[in-house]
Amino acid sequence: MDLLAGILFTLTIASTPLVYAAIGELVVERSGVLNLGVEGMMIVGAIGGFAVAHGSGSVVLGIAGGIAAGATLALLFGVITQIFLANQVVTGLALTIFGLGISALIGQSYTGQTLDTFPRLDIPLLGDIPVLGKVLFQQDVLVYGSIALTAAVWWTLTRSRVGLVIRAIGEEHEADHALGFAVIPIRLAVLAFGGACAGLGGAYLSLVQTPIWVEDMTAGRGWIALAIVVFAAWRPWRALLGAYLFGGFTIIQLHAQAFGVNIPPQYLSMIPYAVTILVLIAMSTDAARRHLRAPACLGKTFFTAR
Amino acid sequence: MMKRRTFLAGATALAAPLPLRAATDPLKVGFLYQAPRDDKGWTERHELARIELQEHFGDRISTTFVENISEGPDAERVIRQLAQQGHQLIFTTSFSFMNPTVKVARQFPNVRFENCTGYQRADNLATYAARYYEGRHVMGTLAGLMTETGTIGYVASFPIPGVLRGINAAFLAARKVNPDVRMRVIWINTWFDPGKEADAATALIQQGADMIMQHVNSPAPIRVAEENGVSAFGNAVDMREYGPTATLTSMMFDWAPYYIQRVQAVLDETWSSGDTWAGIGPGMVTLAPLNERVPVDIRERVEAEMAALGGGAFHPFAGPLNRQDGSPWKAEGETPTDEELYGMDFYVEGIDGSLPT
Amino acid sequence: MLRLEPRPERSRLLLWTTPLLAAGMTVVSAYVLFLTIGVDPLKALGHVILDPFASGYARSELLVKAAPLALIALGLSLGFRANVWNIGAEGQFTLGAICGGAVALTFYGVEGLWLFPLICAGGIAGGMAWAAIPAILRTRMGVNEILVSLMLTYIAVLLLSALVSGPLRDPDGFNFPESRIFHDSAIPPMLIEGTRAHIGIAIVPVVALFLWWMTRYHEIGFSLRLLGDTPRAARFAGFSETRAIWFCLMVSGGLAGLAGALEATGPIGQLVPGIPVGYGFTAIIVAFLGRLHPIGVVFAALALAVSYIGGESAQIAMSLPAALVGVLQGTLLFWLLIFDLFVGYRVRRVRSPKAETRADARPVPRLSDAGGA
Repeated sequence: MDLLAGILFTLTIASTPLVYAAIGELVVERSGVLNLGVEGMMIVGAIGGFAVAHGSGSVVLGIAGGIAAGATLALLFGVITQIFLANQVVTGLALTIFGLGISALIGQSYTGQTLDTFPRLDIPLLGDIPVLGKVLFQQDVLVYGSIALTAAVWWTLTRSRVGLVIRAIGEEHEADHALGFAVIPIRLAVLAFGGACAGLGGAYLSLVQTPIWVEDMTAGRGWIALAIVVFAAWRPWRALLGAYLFGGFTIIQLHAQAFGVNIPPQYLSMIPYAVTILVLIAMSTDAARRHLRAPACLGKTFFTAR
Repeated sequence: MMKRRTFLAGATALAAPLPLRAATDPLKVGFLYQAPRDDKGWTERHELARIELQEHFGDRISTTFVENISEGPDAERVIRQLAQQGHQLIFTTSFSFMNPTVKVARQFPNVRFENCTGYQRADNLATYAARYYEGRHVMGTLAGLMTETGTIGYVASFPIPGVLRGINAAFLAARKVNPDVRMRVIWINTWFDPGKEADAATALIQQGADMIMQHVNSPAPIRVAEENGVSAFGNAVDMREYGPTATLTSMMFDWAPYYIQRVQAVLDETWSSGDTWAGIGPGMVTLAPLNERVPVDIRERVEAEMAALGGGAFHPFAGPLNRQDGSPWKAEGETPTDEELYGMDFYVEGIDGSLPT
Repeated sequence: MLRLEPRPERSRLLLWTTPLLAAGMTVVSAYVLFLTIGVDPLKALGHVILDPFASGYARSELLVKAAPLALIALGLSLGFRANVWNIGAEGQFTLGAICGGAVALTFYGVEGLWLFPLICAGGIAGGMAWAAIPAILRTRMGVNEILVSLMLTYIAVLLLSALVSGPLRDPDGFNFPESRIFHDSAIPPMLIEGTRAHIGIAIVPVVALFLWWMTRYHEIGFSLRLLGDTPRAARFAGFSETRAIWFCLMVSGGLAGLAGALEATGPIGQLVPGIPVGYGFTAIIVAFLGRLHPIGVVFAALALAVSYIGGESAQIAMSLPAALVGVLQGTLLFWLLIFDLFVGYRVRRVRSPKAETRADARPVPRLSDAGGA
């Protein structure tokens, strides 16, 4: 049972960056913008967080640094796509290439440096419950934050006026513009939020999970976050589930090896990606389409002369 | 279609003495790294050696390094550029550079190349490596004596002979001092990925290992061990700073004496190709000072073992030795030749799990 | 007050000068960047821009580097014009390398002129097969091809790693995850003696000319452009979106696969896990830099090859970080996207908002928006 507790514990840590990045992108996509640059935003969040934490000695400042870095890059995307009306797919890719490059550049002076271990919560009594105790009550604050964020985003999107406006813009941006909503500023704000979340996810990697800076340490998690958003059919709680599934697969694969399971690890690592494709297929049947389709304006450039 | 074949046939490797340089020109020595030069691991040891080399020879040589080069066509181009820019001696510090080095060596018969951990040689291409398995033997002894759970966890990169030799040597040494000891291995298929390394170490600890050994290049497993209150062994550099309590010792490589010796040979015009595979004896493999919490009697045993190994008193792979499937490899009293060690592609009997094929 | 006003027609002048403007601004940005990291900017720029042309070997390496970028980008540009977003070219490139390499290894040691063309065919088939998956899913089930092709890229890279660690591994290679080195009949003939410039490079202008001819004069080229610019009109005209999607994905997949097979057998010479280095993604930049036009794409590929080789040269000469290349390429694309606005829109000063009527508020059809899911 200790092993199970251990696995669940590591699983949570592996999944948390994905939760942040996916939730952020989910909101962005609900507003009708497709930002493929999540990988770029995560990695600048990772180096931003690491550099600030290393220089200031404060992990809290590091988190702020990661958030700021991600949001900045997202705003760059926002300006180019919303004001300069550029194609969103290409801009997102440029963001990723640029983000990977600039983070490696800045990270040159930090290669191999490490930080102190991130503090973990230790709720007495509750934390001693076998199996679930450690998993549920002895995580670090950012893990709990990710759950809270999911809940907050769910509530905002479904129950608040702000969420209604965001969703409406995602469905029919021209009509909403005609109604007087400031589409571009709202999208820019949402993009900044998405970037902040992705940056936080990246900072989690470099501050908590493995407090060592290494180039390209996000290793494709940004793309997985994009997949999780689709997998989740743009619903926050499903995104949380998706993030944990993906995170889980990575961990399980290692344990399978240690147990002596003889499937080559590469095939095990393929599973999350293959599953995403299957889910995409499953979601495209007519029944699913009615309930689970993407925001209608996703990816379309918004322009109006007025 | 004939072009490449005839071209290669035309580039003969010379056995003639290599030409004189002008006495005033510093000798240009090039280094190729597959990772950043301060990766706190494998590459950093080469970089430190290069710095020591430059200090030793001062104005007589001028060293260049190129870092972060991935295997494949880019490596070939960079090596070629170094050769074209007048470097007379080029060290390519990874197996991934072996094939590109071979190709360029053929095109530049007057330049000397040395590939680390490769197995192909030519008249102008030498190889060099360290007998890591000797260091791992000593660490295995220490692990076997210190373990309380009786399980050693090993975070490994690729199932190539160099890594397998290390695993087998560590296991055999541990078993010699602790007959019930077990070993579990996780393969992460990369030399450097702190995230995966940390996850693998965590998984091993969760499965009962309290001694973490690694043949991967970042200090991540050490940190995980420190956080979990178990012991660990560093790889390539002294990793104590990442886990002051956990780190029992680290295996380190000292390439500087070798580099100095080879550069001197070029200066004296006595350089020739060959293979250098040195271990504890010649000082290429050393161990960091043992952690203070190692009890005195164990410390003495380990140090004696290391001295004996360095002096050649025994061979870590002396028979009787069986493969994991039970088939005999070496009989009583037999020791393997270097060639046989090069080709080691199996687990020895007793290790848990099987090799991914 | 400044206002954006759509042009009735895209400005052709700006269409072709924006890449140069973007390149110019990138040089300026690079200058500033070098100053920031404390490096002599002129010297660094000199290495990046001039070194790739400095010697015969360097120039040949430009071709070696540009060829796969051009091949992939030619295929991609076809699709991007028609709103078919093949983001998985990297995966198709990898499958092409796997299939071409597998053919080479199956016939290891067998000599003959027929082997190399067979390897190329294998590469094309592998790339097409991999691209067929998003094609089927998009045409039959409406699944967005961006994500599918992207997921398939990861699967392809893992598959390569699994194969060279297992079934395709060199039995005499001491268990290293590499295949045998391809024998003479399996590798492309050299174009220029003494360099790595292989015959695959000569294929590029052929493909470029063919695609240029096809988009300009053949019905299918016309249909693709129409589908991209005004999909509804195209459908009324009877052009089949399904046919277009299949065509674009098969062509881009096939070309990417061919590039993969050529790269594996040519400059690399064996199958190793490190074959995919991002050409499939850089090719997207190349396609846009070349304005999705076959001839432009070829020049754009050369320009990006300069950034790779020059960046590497600066790295060797001045110990500059390798990451610089990614930063410069991303910056180039950003500037291009910014300047691109003015191709389709004019900036006008207006006295009051009411002076503009709603009537001309329809955006000009431009390089297409991404299709919704």
